[in-house]
Amino acid sequence: MLLIHCPYCEEDRSELEFRWAGEAHIARPENIAAITDEEFAEYFFLRNNEKGLTYERWRHIHGCGRFFNAARDTVSDKFLMTYKAGLPKQPIPTAEQAAAIAEEKTVETWEATEGDAR
Amino acid sequence: MSASSKDLGAFRIKGAGRHTPARTARFTFDGKSYTAMEGDTVASALLAHGVHVVGRSFKYHRPRGILSAGPEEPNALLDVSRDAGRRQPNVRATVQEVFDGVKIASQNRWPSLKYDIGAFNDLLSPFFAAGFYYKTFMWPKEAWHKLYEPFIRRAAGLGEAPREEDPDHYANRYAHCDVLIAGAGVAGLTAALSAAATGASVFLVDEQPEVGGAMHFDAAATIDGVNGYEWAQKTAARLKAMPNVTVLTRTTVFGYYNHGFVGLVERVTDHVARPGRDLPRERLWQVRAKRVVLATGSIERHMVFANNDRPGIMLASAARTFLNHHGVAVGKKVGVYTAHDSAYEAAFDLKRAGVSIAAIVDCRNHPGDAVLAEARALGIDVLTGHSVVNTSGRLRVSSMSVVRNGGSNARKVAVDSLIVSAGWTPSVHLFSQSRGKLRFDEQNQRFLPDIYAQDCVSIGACNGTDNLSDLIDEAIAAGGGALALSGENRFEWTGGMIGAAEGAGPDHVVKAFVDFQHDVTAKDIRLAVREGMHSIEHIKRFTTNGMASDQGKLSNMHGLAIAAEMLGRPIPKVGLTTFRAPYTPVTYGTLVGHSRGDLFDPARKTPMHALEAAEGAEFEDVGNWKRAWYFPKRGEDMHAAVNRECRTVREAAGVFDASTLGKIEVVGPDAAQFLNLLYTNAWDTLKPGKCRYGIMTREDGFVYDDGVVGRLAEDRFHVTTTTGGAPRVLHHMEDYLQTEFPHLKVWLTSTTEQWAVIAVQGPKAREIIQPFVEGLDISNEAFPHMSVAECKVMGVPARLFRMSFTGELGFEVNVPADYGPAVWKAIWERAEGMGACLYGTETMHVLRAEKGYIIVGQDTDGTVTPDDAGLGWAVSKKKADFVGIRGLKRPDLIRDGRKQLVGLVTNRPSDMLEEGAQIVADPNQPKPMTMLGHVTSSYWSENCGRSIAMALVADGRARIGQTLYVPMSDRTIAVEVTDMVFFDKEGGRIHG
Repeated sequence: MLLIHCPYCEEDRSELEFRWAGEAHIARPENIAAITDEEFAEYFFLRNNEKGLTYERWRHIHGCGRFFNAARDTVSDKFLMTYKAGLPKQPIPTAEQAAAIAEEKTVETWEATEGDAR
Repeated sequence: MSASSKDLGAFRIKGAGRHTPARTARFTFDGKSYTAMEGDTVASALLAHGVHVVGRSFKYHRPRGILSAGPEEPNALLDVSRDAGRRQPNVRATVQEVFDGVKIASQNRWPSLKYDIGAFNDLLSPFFAAGFYYKTFMWPKEAWHKLYEPFIRRAAGLGEAPREEDPDHYANRYAHCDVLIAGAGVAGLTAALSAAATGASVFLVDEQPEVGGAMHFDAAATIDGVNGYEWAQKTAARLKAMPNVTVLTRTTVFGYYNHGFVGLVERVTDHVARPGRDLPRERLWQVRAKRVVLATGSIERHMVFANNDRPGIMLASAARTFLNHHGVAVGKKVGVYTAHDSAYEAAFDLKRAGVSIAAIVDCRNHPGDAVLAEARALGIDVLTGHSVVNTSGRLRVSSMSVVRNGGSNARKVAVDSLIVSAGWTPSVHLFSQSRGKLRFDEQNQRFLPDIYAQDCVSIGACNGTDNLSDLIDEAIAAGGGALALSGENRFEWTGGMIGAAEGAGPDHVVKAFVDFQHDVTAKDIRLAVREGMHSIEHIKRFTTNGMASDQGKLSNMHGLAIAAEMLGRPIPKVGLTTFRAPYTPVTYGTLVGHSRGDLFDPARKTPMHALEAAEGAEFEDVGNWKRAWYFPKRGEDMHAAVNRECRTVREAAGVFDASTLGKIEVVGPDAAQFLNLLYTNAWDTLKPGKCRYGIMTREDGFVYDDGVVGRLAEDRFHVTTTTGGAPRVLHHMEDYLQTEFPHLKVWLTSTTEQWAVIAVQGPKAREIIQPFVEGLDISNEAFPHMSVAECKVMGVPARLFRMSFTGELGFEVNVPADYGPAVWKAIWERAEGMGACLYGTETMHVLRAEKGYIIVGQDTDGTVTPDDAGLGWAVSKKKADFVGIRGLKRPDLIRDGRKQLVGLVTNRPSDMLEEGAQIVADPNQPKPMTMLGHVTSSYWSENCGRSIAMALVADGRARIGQTLYVPMSDRTIAVEVTDMVFFDKEGGRIHG
């Protein structure tokens, strides 16, 4: 079970208290009524679903109830940082942590073993 | 013949072992009674009485004995019971402690352990090679369900699941600590002392009944000059006395998850003869540890050679545990077959206890000098450069065949037990579960922890540190404290091998077992490679090696080495299969804990639930809610009750519990503006004291929820949602408020459970509630349809809505939940006297369908727009923005021919349509027919005197008046498309 830092409560709390809420930093267009079909599809339907470093939203639903942003490595499940909703996309704090992510990407997964076998 | 109660077994060695002779326990094995000593495992107690055969193997039904003395046991799986309800199959005999009265039974044999019909499979073994199931049961296809699957299901699986409900209860605890130490051998105990000295909070956890780890069998090691086992017990006592240390024995660390989250299972009563009723059988601990120290030790491997599975053949360290800890000799004339020095020490201990050692057969040419010298001194025959290539004996090993490596002349040596060792496999299970990466130690042929993924450290044998002195230094460092302690092994061990030994022989001849529990032989693994399996993951699944309940603790390394040899690739290139939790099997009871019976999925009940039950209500589940479904009178079935309720509401009145409807209080200066953005309707035009039906869409334009919203003041709205939609609607609102419209000054509060809601509907509704209402004129003129006001009802502060989901004159009385029953009672007493009825959800459904009111989630399905549902009028054309404004303009949502909600009436009024039935224009069209839509709601309407239905039909509104068809399996029903209002089309009653 993950331990997640709520940037509002400023506490590490168990994953049980949180709910994932999709990719972060997708702003609702201010002129939404006027955008094209393509722009609407980009805003509403299309998601990056990246392997590795990803920015996503979480909600401390069984705690303070606040939505916030998180940078998480989807390979290792490690949370690299969390920050309040409304802040711009935050850079990963240190070079070591970025290196740690790169390292994690080479972790031996079932896919990697299978790839090797092929 | 039953042994006398004082007969502790012919194989007990006087003066050996750590149990107290005065403390005995009686138990039965397959109906026969035996006496054990307290502290015995089932395995040691049976061996004391010379019982070696304890089960039949999974596939070939070969007689099997006890292979190990610990949790890695693959063979000796038994059925253990206290009483009929407390019976557990597949319990490892080497783990289960004997208690007075326990009943033990062997498994997987019929009619008896000694004569087992299934053993016929052993003769057919050429047909049961790896992959047999995949290839054999392919054809004919129809035979699978009737023949093959039932056959395989009967034949497969060990043990029999209990049929009775589990009478025990299971507990669950959460804990936090600075350091959690897995394993209380010398390494774990030392690390605990070191960590505790720093003041850290420490959890020390061990799966065995006592601490000590390898000291259970290693009687020669000393720590600070004291016997290792005695030092361990004293150290544990010291640790237990410290306030910052928790010592848990009989507790397995079964899982190591993210961020130091560790799962433990504590076995509380499985060793107790008469456990207190208040005690849980097992306890699940969920511990969040800042740091984890892994001191999990290592597990001895067996040798892979022909017929290496006969009862009486066991691991050398197990024989040492049985002797030194339990005081039991595994035989009278014991052979030794080894590739590692450790087995010599077992031979020395047995020899000193008076057991004859037939010979030590060592496949190496150069064992350690020290052990060789000691063997010579004790007069034990050592055959280096030799191998055991076969064994004989039906129900127990009776001889071993020994050959000089490379030679062909086998010499038969009589034995009644054969102890083996291929060396030791570090227990890296938990390290791997924590996502650490391993490296292969080429010299010692083992995987060791390399790169850590969490704040964790491995010490001692699981880290490849075998020397006691080095191990103690490592453990002190891991604990973070300072300590002066010295330890000494009797001998330094060398050697070890993985893979098939000399005696595994040519492929087609022999059964050299790699995985005992799944009957996987060296030949099976070679076959898998020949059949094209090149990934270890594929080889594992094809052969099922390591997939039994022991998860390959003994077999994985051997299997890997054999596969690597066949593939001609180095072991690290072939790779290791993934270690997964749990380390050893965990009962469902432990994982489920208290979440069973009424606590499995707690029910939500309205404040009036008990009163409704007293009136004879039948309830239905709506989400977690229990809702009154209908109120049958004596002799009424559901149909009759619902018809009566429907009639009564329209003729007089009905009282309905609407408390489950979701309620959200939307407050703040920008509340109207916020609702404007979240609903399709306009709210700024709604005056305080009025309410309005609102529709919520998602950004994609599809209907998400609906409900009546009342404006109590300029800055305060009382929003209602569907019963099932309340949590997600609030989540959806919070999402927009916090992240898209944070500039709006609005506060959202869930008030669903704060209000009891009593709906009074029907022509007499006003008359019924009139005397209870204070401070409000509820005449039609002063309080017309879609009004809301705060007032008092029976002196209780209330919110009164004039609204209707029946098409009748209606009110919804909201009072604080605690007052609900009193107000309900008073209203119902008066209503009953006026000829009204109580009604439930079924009648509510029929009445709303008679009026064509939709239910979101029944008549809509996430692909329906407000216009599709005939609610286009509720979408504001004037607003510049609302959630869904852009989605509603998407080409697919505005095209012609979309499915629209319409009414259907069957040509014959008594015909009922089935909800979900498909609708076509031409019933004679060849299949596949063009389907126009489906029935969403269908009821018998007593008020209309006929069946009525609602349906989503392509271009539905343009088809009103047309005849369509609903093909059913036995007939085709002709229907006419109508509008959705079946009763009181003019809509006058609602304003009555």
